[in-house]
Amino acid sequence: MKTGTDGNLFFVLALVMLLIGMLAGIITGMEYVIPAFLKNYIGFEALRPMHVSSVLLWILLGATACIYGGLKILRPGKTSGPAARLQWVLWIIAIAGIFYSYYNGHFGGREYWEFNPVWSFPIALAWILLIYNFFRALRGYRNWPVYIWMWMTGAVFFLFTFIENYLWVFPFFRDRVITDMTIQWKVNGSLVGSWNQILYGTVFFLMDRMDKTGKTGRSKMAFTMYFLGLFNLMFNWGHHIYTLPGIDYVRYIGYLVSMTEWIFLVRIIYQWKQSMTQARQHYHYFPYRFILAADWWIFLNMGQAILMSIPALNIITHGTHVTVAHAMGTTIGINTMILMAAGFEMFSGTCTRFDKGNRMLNISFWTSQVSLLVFWLSLNTAGIIKGVWQLGDRHVGYADMMRSLTPWFIVLLVSGFFLMISIATPAIILIRSFIICRIRRPETKTRIRTAMVFTNK
Amino acid sequence: MNRMPSIVFAILCMAFLIYSGSIYIYGASASEGTEFKAEAGNGKLVWQKYNCQGCHQMYGLGGYLGPDLTNVSSKWQNDTILEAVIRSGNERMPSYHGMDRKNMKALLVFLREMDASGTADPRNFRREMNGMIYRNENRN
Repeated sequence: MKTGTDGNLFFVLALVMLLIGMLAGIITGMEYVIPAFLKNYIGFEALRPMHVSSVLLWILLGATACIYGGLKILRPGKTSGPAARLQWVLWIIAIAGIFYSYYNGHFGGREYWEFNPVWSFPIALAWILLIYNFFRALRGYRNWPVYIWMWMTGAVFFLFTFIENYLWVFPFFRDRVITDMTIQWKVNGSLVGSWNQILYGTVFFLMDRMDKTGKTGRSKMAFTMYFLGLFNLMFNWGHHIYTLPGIDYVRYIGYLVSMTEWIFLVRIIYQWKQSMTQARQHYHYFPYRFILAADWWIFLNMGQAILMSIPALNIITHGTHVTVAHAMGTTIGINTMILMAAGFEMFSGTCTRFDKGNRMLNISFWTSQVSLLVFWLSLNTAGIIKGVWQLGDRHVGYADMMRSLTPWFIVLLVSGFFLMISIATPAIILIRSFIICRIRRPETKTRIRTAMVFTNK
Repeated sequence: MNRMPSIVFAILCMAFLIYSGSIYIYGASASEGTEFKAEAGNGKLVWQKYNCQGCHQMYGLGGYLGPDLTNVSSKWQNDTILEAVIRSGNERMPSYHGMDRKNMKALLVFLREMDASGTADPRNFRREMNGMIYRNENRN
């Protein structure tokens, strides 16, 4: 196996986690609609972490694949193949351990990382190997474009915050319950920022390759956006904990920093016309279409995030499904769309054709966008209803209020089902492509490469 | 230009480390002081061990299938009732009848400690014109 295939290995594993995550998500959603569904076999307390961890693993493994895929193009043969494969094996061990942990009810970790903490060791080791391979490949490479900075930032900060995520094992942190919760949500904010750095870096990398000028990744604007993103990664987490009885300055900093997101939003609106022109120009180029979809979802979710970061509005949405809508909108609408773009551009193999006339891909793309919008709106509606209940007189109890949300959960479940099918379609097409390329030998690849219909028309 | 990203990166990292360090050392809550409550910390471990956070929230943070439990201790005002609910479960919640005494005691101390730390009720905040919120002195 050549070093060049390491990105593919990680991407296939990431796609498998995506499929498992979506299936677990649908079954978890069933528990909202049908109480006690599968309760005697596997409860909500196990299904929810299965869903969340699988989706997190999809993003983390996909991000790893993007770094390897980019390095393969920028610095061919410079990464260590054995280190990358050892990293992959460590991920497999961690995944097996995490699922064993959940299925047998061996919890112990924090929310989103609920598995027995012992399985965090292979994850940390795998990430150290990624960082080693990253700096190994870039030895002697000067004047980094912005996407290299973003990959480096994402890789290093993920490791830092992942370790920070386990400070609770020390009584010094754990015994101060409010400080412990503050650190937990500081970590969650920075972890999301870390993988976003890798994924947005990948967008810059892809755009650089698509426009063929190489200017996108070296512009002053790109670096300004990078540093603003880094600033947010470091300090934009206070909005999670406005209601915690913490020190006021944490809330003030959180509020002020989150308002810098207006700059991103204004920039998106400012560039809208240009984006639309490019969209028409590149519509038939499949990876670009996913990036464009991610742009729309960034706009929607960033607008929502800014509103939710205003404490006076946060008090309405906090502790409701509006926050779930935001999490789903970002992980599916932004992260998954970017990873799909990377999948078709960087890892799709060279043995299969994804031409513009591929009806199944077209249908699945538009079904995923429409069903995600319905999914997102139903969560927001359920969340607002709960938010109004929280601030009202609460004449009805919690159970009755939740029961009144059932119609919205049914909409959520149905749209989630269509979302699963429509995202699984390109995922399965990509996996199939990898398998075909593995079966066919390199000489076949070379011949078919010329027939690729990945044309940038 | 080439050195500029490195310099900005280094400055931001320094600021991040100082901010993080201040939270680790001095804590994030004035009311916590320097008093360490090991029993509450052990209760937090039980909370995580049984993944209560998968369905319930503390200060609105956690899963949304079940209710927020920040102030459940003062709501029930009786640990015996709370223990009975945890042990018996309900239509959606699994029963934890097998939880040993030590774990149950630690969990109840943790819930009392969370309750004493403040209120999670959003009605207990007043909103200001600048968008900020402030906690009312009196708890509902």
